[in-house]
Amino acid sequence: MSDISRAEVCVAACAEIYRDNGEILASAFGTIPAIGVRLARHTFSPDLLLTDGESHLVQGTWAVGGPAEGVVEGWSPFRGIFDLNWTGKRHIVMVPVQIDRFGNVNISAIGDHAKPSVQLVGVRGAPGNTVYHATSYWIAKHSTRTFVPAVDMVSGAGNDRVAAAGTGASRYHDLRKVVTDLAVLDYAPASGAMRLVSVHPGVTVDEVHAATGFDLVVDGEVPVTRLPTDDELALIRDVIDPRNLRDKEVPA
Amino acid sequence: MADKRMTGPEVVGRLESGMTIGIGGWASRRKPMSLVREILRSDLTDLTVVSYGGPDVGLLCAAGKVKKLVFGFVTLDSIPLDPHFRAARQSGSIEVAEYDEGMLQWGLYAASIRLPFLPTRAGLATSVTDTNPDLQLITDPYGSGDELIAMPAIHLDAALVHMNRADAAGNAQYLGPDPYFDDLFCMAADQAFVSCEKVVPTEELTRDHHAATIALRRLFVDGVVEAPNGAHLTSCAPDYGTDEGFLREYAAAAKSPEAWQAFSATYLSGDEETYQRAIAARDDEELSA
Repeated sequence: MSDISRAEVCVAACAEIYRDNGEILASAFGTIPAIGVRLARHTFSPDLLLTDGESHLVQGTWAVGGPAEGVVEGWSPFRGIFDLNWTGKRHIVMVPVQIDRFGNVNISAIGDHAKPSVQLVGVRGAPGNTVYHATSYWIAKHSTRTFVPAVDMVSGAGNDRVAAAGTGASRYHDLRKVVTDLAVLDYAPASGAMRLVSVHPGVTVDEVHAATGFDLVVDGEVPVTRLPTDDELALIRDVIDPRNLRDKEVPA
Repeated sequence: MADKRMTGPEVVGRLESGMTIGIGGWASRRKPMSLVREILRSDLTDLTVVSYGGPDVGLLCAAGKVKKLVFGFVTLDSIPLDPHFRAARQSGSIEVAEYDEGMLQWGLYAASIRLPFLPTRAGLATSVTDTNPDLQLITDPYGSGDELIAMPAIHLDAALVHMNRADAAGNAQYLGPDPYFDDLFCMAADQAFVSCEKVVPTEELTRDHHAATIALRRLFVDGVVEAPNGAHLTSCAPDYGTDEGFLREYAAAAKSPEAWQAFSATYLSGDEETYQRAIAARDDEELSA
């Protein structure tokens, strides 16, 4: 298939977040991660568990932007979600407003916490998620507004702060990937600093550097993010996102 | 069994300014809004509010009832950020204790089972410890070397929750998808008040539903208020969903002091019956529009 959009590249990259994850609860926030996780389960990661966004675990593959359609296989109410999260059997994709070089993220407030210039939603489950189970991030617009030298209210714990806090924080801390509209990133094992894994087709390494408010680790030649396969494209376009909501998040 | 039925104003009569009040539900879902509205009508002030926050928090902030908010988030779901809560935060008019959502659960649970704290990793290595300087760390006494947060018990003077059904003694039932944390709010509180869509004879609770849907047991409930449509503007599945149109009107009322005055005059100046009539009239208007 031709005319693969940037959004569709991002969907496949988000699906890759969940490759080889086994039998865990996959919680993917943001439209493109929600498409990606369903794509992953439909294809190469069939053991993932997904919720309907409320309290049921649901089998099958349904379209984003509408109600879950599938067989209910279990109950996962908010009343029990933190127990589940803290067992570690979960991999979440969250959507940070700010992220720094070591993967500290902010979803709480911009400015002075006592009197923020911009109040956001609050830290939510980010503190617990990041120290208890695998965590990845999705950023729909890669820019120096989001990729900042230091985040204002650390809601999700990054590699440097976790190392400083000791084994209580580090034992199950597991930051995996950052997917953006420009690139895929992870963290260099030795330093914990953010590293460029691949750039999306048509994006240069320089563009990624320019859109990032801190230095990225780059190991040699940076490959290009893989394209979705024809089968994946058909699933994305016909089954999982027939209303093309992905283009609203990452415009063509 | 004691008949614990009372009115909304009688519940508020049991509350005092300066109290710590827990509010059940989750975001825009099954909030005890009729009881929250009774607080808005009262002269109660300087409240510490503990909530998985939705429009309950926004309304109490807008009405100047909140001294301190203990929270992990405030959202209206379809509208991601509550503008009334934002205005209160951005003007610095309320104090906050901002915790991870699971820390909140832990704090309520510790209070419920009469422990001073419960250990958790959640919050470590984040700004939650910086912005809550009273949070203490505890080292694993069994030698792993792990330093953990000792989440303090969140003791409540009163809890307010809303359920689908209850009997007069306070056994209360949810018929929607999720109990949320309403049982913990009640167990963590000196006094717990449950409003419900309908008070029914006890035997009706299990006529068509598993006993596990009776999330609140009467020994943790002090008062029962029959409040049909009492969760309104939030959802009370399966009885009704969120009133999305009214939610937008509520959010728009944060635009200016004048907008808030107008909203307040239309919907919050009378008693609960007046509120419900205004909502019904609004629905009629939407239908004929």
